[in-house]
Amino acid sequence: MSTQRTLTIPDKLYRNRYKVDEESHLWIKDPKMCLKCPFDFACIRVCPTDVYKWEENKVTITYDACVECGACRIACYDVGWKNPKGGFGISYKYG
Amino acid sequence: MAEKFDSVVVGGGPAGIAAAYTMAKVGLSVLVLEKGEKPGAKNMFGGVIFRHHTEKMAPEFWKTAPVERHVVEYQYWFLSKDSHVLVSHRNQKFNGRYNAFTVHRAKFDPWFSKLAEDAGALIINRTTVDDVIKEDGRVIGVKTERGDVLANVVVAADGVNSMLSKQAGMREELPEDAAVLAVKEVIAVPKQKIEERFNLGPDEGAAALLVGCGPGMHAGFMYTNRDTISLGMGVNIRDLDKSKQRPNDLFEQFKKHPSITPLVRDGELKEYSAHLIPEGGYDYVANVYTHGMLVAGDAAMLVNAINWEGTNLAMTSGIIAGETIIEAKKKGDFSSRTLSQYRQRLEESFVLRDLKKYREIPKFFSSNPHFFTLYPDAINELAYMWHVVDGELKQDRIKQMKAKLFKQRSRVGLMRDAYHMWRLFS
Repeated sequence: MSTQRTLTIPDKLYRNRYKVDEESHLWIKDPKMCLKCPFDFACIRVCPTDVYKWEENKVTITYDACVECGACRIACYDVGWKNPKGGFGISYKYG
Repeated sequence: MAEKFDSVVVGGGPAGIAAAYTMAKVGLSVLVLEKGEKPGAKNMFGGVIFRHHTEKMAPEFWKTAPVERHVVEYQYWFLSKDSHVLVSHRNQKFNGRYNAFTVHRAKFDPWFSKLAEDAGALIINRTTVDDVIKEDGRVIGVKTERGDVLANVVVAADGVNSMLSKQAGMREELPEDAAVLAVKEVIAVPKQKIEERFNLGPDEGAAALLVGCGPGMHAGFMYTNRDTISLGMGVNIRDLDKSKQRPNDLFEQFKKHPSITPLVRDGELKEYSAHLIPEGGYDYVANVYTHGMLVAGDAAMLVNAINWEGTNLAMTSGIIAGETIIEAKKKGDFSSRTLSQYRQRLEESFVLRDLKKYREIPKFFSSNPHFFTLYPDAINELAYMWHVVDGELKQDRIKQMKAKLFKQRSRVGLMRDAYHMWRLFS
C-alpha cells in the first residue's frame, strides 16, 4: 500500500491473533461506581484497544479485543482483571 | 493426590526459563506452567536480548536462535513538532563482539524454552495459574485450571501483571507513576529497505530511543528486525491519564512525525501490541522471597529503564532463583530464611546494584517531566537558530538563542536541572 491510510484500532486488531474464550476475563467490580466515576472514565481512556465503552449508563467490555496489558486495572481499582484461561486471549505472532 | 515437584515455575519468559534451566540442569524436578499457547505468546518488548547474559546458558546462541539483527548503533532522538535532533553511537566493536540482538519474542521465547526442556524441565503450555496454595502461612504449590500442583518452591515469573505475587502478598499493585504503558506496532518493511534507511549491513541492527513525542514522562522506541521494524511508544500511566489522550492516538501522532514516517513508509502492519513496563526502580522491587516462593523478572519489577535493560535482569534473577533453590534442596530447608539468600545474591549482583545506583532517578523524572517535554523542544529550537542563515549577525543570533533558552527555563532552573542530573548519575 502506497497511500498511508491511518489504520483504526479495529483495523489494527484484525492483524492480531486471538483465541477468544466464551467468558470475559475482565469485569467491573461495582457498576454503580461507574455512574459517578471518580476517574473520568480512565478505563476507557487508557485502554490501547478500545475494550471499554460507555453505553446506556454502564461501562461495556469488549474483552475479545484485550491484549492483556493491564493498564485499565492500574488506572481504576474498580476494574476486575484476571488472566484468561490457558491458551485463550492474545497470542502474539511477533511480540 | 497432587503431583509434587522440586520447583514449579509460573511463566515461560526469560526469568522463568532461566530458573527452570538452572534447576533442571542439575537434576531437580521442574515444572514450567505457561498460560499462553506457547512461551512468548503473551510477551512483547522493545527490544533486545543481551549476548552477555544469554550466553551464560547458551554459548554462541545466535548461531541457532531465532535472532533478528545484532545492534551496532544506538540512536537518541529529540523530537519537536516537525524537527528532530539526533545523537547516535555506532561502533564496529559491536560487530566484533555482539552486544545485543533484536528478537521477536513469540519466536525467541519458544527457542529459549527448549533449553530448559532439553535440560529436563517439563513445560506445560495453555495453563493459567489461579492462585498459590498455602499451608500454615507457607506456599506449598499452585492451583491451576487443570488441578493443584505441589512444589518445594514456587517461582513466580509471571510477568509485570504478576497475579501470583500479589496473591501471595509479596507485592502491591503497580502504582500509576511506576507503570509505563508501551504500545507497539510491528511493521513489515523489506530487508533491503531497512538496511538503506538505517544505513545497515545485512545482519546489523539499530536501536533508537526517542523523546519529545508525547505527554509527560514518555519515550518512543524503534528497533530494526530482519524484515520488520518494531516501533513503539511508552507513556507513564499517570501522565497518560492526565493528558486525556488515548494511547493509540498518541502512538499515531508519533508515527506520523515527519522524521519517523519515511523510516516506516510503505510498511505493512503485522501486529499491534501493548504491555506494561514496571519502571519504578529499586524502591518498588517486590518482596522477592517467602517460605516456599521466589519472585523473578518483571514480576519482581526488575527493570532498568535508564539503560533499556530488562531481559538480562530477568534471566539473571531466574538463574539466581534457580541456584538458591538448588542450595535449599541440598539443605532440605525451604524456609524464608534459606530463601532469603536469593535477595542477598540479587543485592550483590548487577540486578539490584544497578537499580540501587539509580534509585532516585524514576522518582526524579516522574516529578520532573519537563525533561521529556521542554528540553526536546528547546534543543530543536536552538539547533534551528544555529543553522538558519538569514543575514542576522552571529552576535545577535547567539543573544536570541540565550533569550529563547532562558524563556523556556530560567537560569536557576537550568542550573538546578544540571546539578540534579550530575547528582543522580554520580
